[in-house]
Amino acid sequence: MSSYRIQGATGEWEVVIGLEVHAQVVSNAKLFSGASAVFGAEPNQNVSLIDAAMPGMLPVPNEECIRQAVKTGMAIGAQINRWSRFDRKNYFYADLPQGYQISQLYHPLVGEGTITIDADEKAGIKEAKTIGVERIHVEQDAGKLMHDQHPTRSYVDLNRSGVALMEIVSRPDMRSPAEAGAYLRKLRSILRYVGSCDGNMEEGSMRADVNVSVRKVGEPFGTRTETKNVNSVRFVMAAIETEANRQVDVLESGGKIVQETRLYDPDRNETRSMRSKEDAHDYRYFPDPDLLPLELSDAFIERCRAELPELPDAKRARYEGELGLSAYNAAVITSDVETARWFEALLDATGKTGPEVGKQASNWLISDLFGALNRLGKSIGESPVTPKQGAELLGLVADGTLSGTLSKQVFEIMLETGDDPTKIVEERGLKQTSDTGAIEKVIADVMAANADKVAEYRSGKDKLFGFFVGQTMKAMGGKANPGVVNDLLKKALG
Amino acid sequence: MSAITDQGLAGLRDGFRAGDFSAREVAEAFNAAVVSAKPLNAFIIETPDHAIAAAEAADRARAAGELLPLSGIPLGIKDLFCTAGYQTTAASGMLEGFVPTYESTVTAKLFAAGAGMLGKLNLDQFAMGSSNETSAFGNVISPWRRNDGGNAPLAPGGSSGGSSSAIAARIVPAATGTDTGGSIRQPAAFTGIAGIKPTYGRCSRFGIVAFASSLDQAGAMAQDVRDSAILLEAMSGFDPKDSTSLDVSVPRWEENLSSDLRGKKVGIPKEYRVDNMPAEIDALWQQGIAWLRDAGAEIVDVSLPHTRYALPTYYIIAPAEASSNLARYDGVRYGLRDLPDGANLQDMYAATRAAGFGPEVKRRILIGTYVLSAGFYDAYYTKAQKVRALIARDFEEAFKQVDVLLTPTAPSAAFALGEKSADPLEMYLNDVFTVPASLAGVPAMSVPAGLDGQGLPLGLQIIGRPLDEQGVLNAGLAIEQRAGFAARPQNWWAK
Repeated sequence: MSSYRIQGATGEWEVVIGLEVHAQVVSNAKLFSGASAVFGAEPNQNVSLIDAAMPGMLPVPNEECIRQAVKTGMAIGAQINRWSRFDRKNYFYADLPQGYQISQLYHPLVGEGTITIDADEKAGIKEAKTIGVERIHVEQDAGKLMHDQHPTRSYVDLNRSGVALMEIVSRPDMRSPAEAGAYLRKLRSILRYVGSCDGNMEEGSMRADVNVSVRKVGEPFGTRTETKNVNSVRFVMAAIETEANRQVDVLESGGKIVQETRLYDPDRNETRSMRSKEDAHDYRYFPDPDLLPLELSDAFIERCRAELPELPDAKRARYEGELGLSAYNAAVITSDVETARWFEALLDATGKTGPEVGKQASNWLISDLFGALNRLGKSIGESPVTPKQGAELLGLVADGTLSGTLSKQVFEIMLETGDDPTKIVEERGLKQTSDTGAIEKVIADVMAANADKVAEYRSGKDKLFGFFVGQTMKAMGGKANPGVVNDLLKKALG
Repeated sequence: MSAITDQGLAGLRDGFRAGDFSAREVAEAFNAAVVSAKPLNAFIIETPDHAIAAAEAADRARAAGELLPLSGIPLGIKDLFCTAGYQTTAASGMLEGFVPTYESTVTAKLFAAGAGMLGKLNLDQFAMGSSNETSAFGNVISPWRRNDGGNAPLAPGGSSGGSSSAIAARIVPAATGTDTGGSIRQPAAFTGIAGIKPTYGRCSRFGIVAFASSLDQAGAMAQDVRDSAILLEAMSGFDPKDSTSLDVSVPRWEENLSSDLRGKKVGIPKEYRVDNMPAEIDALWQQGIAWLRDAGAEIVDVSLPHTRYALPTYYIIAPAEASSNLARYDGVRYGLRDLPDGANLQDMYAATRAAGFGPEVKRRILIGTYVLSAGFYDAYYTKAQKVRALIARDFEEAFKQVDVLLTPTAPSAAFALGEKSADPLEMYLNDVFTVPASLAGVPAMSVPAGLDGQGLPLGLQIIGRPLDEQGVLNAGLAIEQRAGFAARPQNWWAK
């Protein structure tokens, strides 16, 4: 149970949240035409005759888009409907060439599934929580109007017209902005693992319609509003908070919540009414007569299942079990598919497996590599150090060639030059030495030069041991194996 | 005109191959006939250049010994088929001046088979109508006249009225049509020609301006059954660009034509005997039964119990689909745009669609919008879909007992222009015999079978099993041979 409450004048209010996420499907072509679905082309470059709804043009479903949606459904443990159907949602707008959007109202491709969000004490999520997903259906995106190109005219860009979207509809199972944020992040993580959506909310490839209502704890659901097209996790959380507070204010001042569509304005952090239910469109949904029902064969479903990658929850369990990662490390590394892939490439390159290398590699990745990337403002995909180089560095530490200190030094040089660590070690003579003869000689020199301190130590001032270690390491340019130095010093000091 | 224009498709093909005439001679003869027949208003645009170019290619192909199935054949193309580089209007002001950059699959197949195009044939606007009176380019006039000396201009039927009129007047040897609820068969019956609507999915709908997607089907219109078979064969075939296209091979219908119906069973559905049907149509139906019996068929009485619901079902489903299919004509990207001063987007939609659509199209858009609207959807659209399934089942049941069904094509002969246009319901009743086969998606054809008391043609309809166009054509051939229909309209139009 979430403890998130809004303190009103009349007492505590609980917030009820459901999300409808529109996720743009990763595919080369659009849902019903062969035009490119790639982001960023010049206006109207990716438009086929079908997307422009020329007379006599007909939609033909793109199997890849269906495959992506089916795999997404499988990734949230949802029912895959072998028989689904496309419906037309009719309305007029200049960015909708057909005068209808092909969607799936009555028989969606994917049925009930779930997404589990993790406990997050700091965010007030006390324990892991399962959020229901009612359905996933596929539909066409609309084009876009450009109002800033001409003083009195609007221009239409149809590049996005017909691009495949998945609409992922949650149950009203979330009770706080933090839960909604966690749900969105988890969903995005799953989509990226599956490869069915890139999850880039800034580019509009993932956007959320936010359904919010408030109620006194234990009472039935209140009337909800739908805030459309919110395009970042942060804005979704902020929109929920501001909208829920607005609803509490309205209700406590004796008003009623109107079921309506609202818009979130991040600059003012407020929601505004777009249209109420009374003037809502009558979309006149009906089955698209240009398309046959979508029937999935067993072979198709099996292929989708076989293509499904290991998903974040399973991966995390494996990391904690087989690889002995701490819960924290496992969660951090698996939350993003690119990080997980990098980590696995790193492990592969070490040629080892098991808890020892798992811990070493995950600690290095999270503290050293992430630290460096943070500093450089780069994502893991842009890392100047490759997994193979990282593995080489870990190997040099593991076999005693580099001390911890030396390895950090080498890593910095790797970041700057992009060179392999072995090369750096050789060229710059940064190799750690365990040559006992050389170390013993240095120790003898240090002791001769500090006879007074030797006497103090021998008379019981144990703390001076660190001083001798420091002097010895310094004299050896930091390259002596600290373990060997310790052993030899203990012997020499008696 | 010349003997050339009297020839049908098979005659032209064979005469051209035999060297009796060149393809160019054929094209020129028909081009001239088209020009001479302006009073019929059968064409929206004439495309003599296309016919000549195809003819020249055919003559070269003949010289090179590389003949194609339709080499040397010029055709009329209903102006519902998009033709690259040639205006395509659907007989609507909405698309006046619209020149597609693309070719419909059916016309692409015909042209690839060697055919040329004489012009784009007039039709009811967006194929909505049974008389051609809804065309924005003026109604087509039937070449036929009543023998009462009154000279009242008659309807050529609809919506493929330009096609039927042009074939009956022998200004095209054959033409494409489309049939949503009878738009090939009824005009064929009205003008004394043959016309076949194949199984839904036989001909690709790609590039055909949509009226009602689940019903629209292209088909062939020609002088006789053989010509219909030849043309349909060239039009048919699977098309991956149409999701509802059937992935089946096209049989050799012409080659397998046979009027020997021994071993075949012909069903006579009792529900097609409607009130107020003219006695001479009933008599012709009885005559048709006798002819098919004579051809060796066994006659069986059958029942299609849901027939009486077909017309209301059709007039819910077809307008529902049309209301959505025609939403794309909004003035934004192509076609008519009416942008009054200071107009916003909504104003532009309203002005454009008010100006571009004719009254019948508007009526159907409104009906369709109404039956799909919240609160009425289940009562109308959902119920209509259920009834449609029952109607299809009626046919399935009947075809367990019989191979084909025989019915009249239309409840009357051609009516005069203006006679029924005041009352849409009376006009819709014209489709009563043709609509059930459309709803069931089964093949059906009309063949000319006789004349009524006023000297006007009457047709009989043969309905077959899904994909059994051969059975339909064969029964049609048996009737054609026995009917010996040779009547022709008097040429009053070429002065």
